[in-house]
Amino acid sequence: MLNQYLFIGILALASFAVPVIGIGFAWLISPKRANPLKRSIYECGLETIGETWVQFRVQYYIYALVFAVFDVEIAFLLPWAVAYNRLGLVALVDVVIFLGILATALAYAWRKGALRWS
Amino acid sequence: MALQIAFVIFSLIALIGAFLVVTTRRLFHSALALVLSFVGVAGLYILLEAEFLAALQILIYVGAIAILIIFAVIVTRHLMDPKARAFNEQWWRAALVAAGLFLILVFTIAKVPWPVSEAPLPTNVIFSMGSSFVGTYLVPFEVISVLLMVALVGAIIIARER
Repeated sequence: MLNQYLFIGILALASFAVPVIGIGFAWLISPKRANPLKRSIYECGLETIGETWVQFRVQYYIYALVFAVFDVEIAFLLPWAVAYNRLGLVALVDVVIFLGILATALAYAWRKGALRWS
Repeated sequence: MALQIAFVIFSLIALIGAFLVVTTRRLFHSALALVLSFVGVAGLYILLEAEFLAALQILIYVGAIAILIIFAVIVTRHLMDPKARAFNEQWWRAALVAAGLFLILVFTIAKVPWPVSEAPLPTNVIFSMGSSFVGTYLVPFEVISVLLMVALVGAIIIARER
């Protein structure tokens, strides 16, 4: 069974090698005489206005937390979904209660405007 | 042989990540190094043929917990300041506690006999987990959902006080 992971390992190595070879080769053969125009971030974004390392708004954290809560929920729903075919009505009621409690939390977040960008 | 090599590689990824977490100067870089450590641990789970656990490690630790930590860093005042120091006068106390915990763990691991079961591995772990949510662990399963709800509501109350 572990042999199947060999393919993932090969793909991981390849995906690591491609950028390393590309960037490394470019670094190796490129002339090193820089001037301000050459150092500008051409087509790679914009210069930051002010500091880059600033404090972000705390609202981002609520989004991250909502994401974490529903991520953990997925972890519990997957075994349920795998077993669902052979469990019958009890399993359905079980998960409806489970999701109902979580939906209450989501409704609370919505009601309090935590999901709105103010 | 290949398994041993893979084990060494994943252990190195986990250990180097953990080492970078405590040594990098910026807390933000520590959070990124923690992701590396989590990925190494996920690889170790795969080597132990605990695939569901490995998937959860990637999904929850790399996906959600790391995001939470990174967001906690970027929304905290002064932590993103380049001049902010990642170390303070307490570092040697923390090192002492960590060393003590390490010794306790080594002692415990050496002491426990670790019995090896001859029984075959369960073939469908995910299925038996899912059916236990309906049978043995029905109440804990629902309590987990209450716990998640409390976490969400509590975070909203704390983060939105004005």
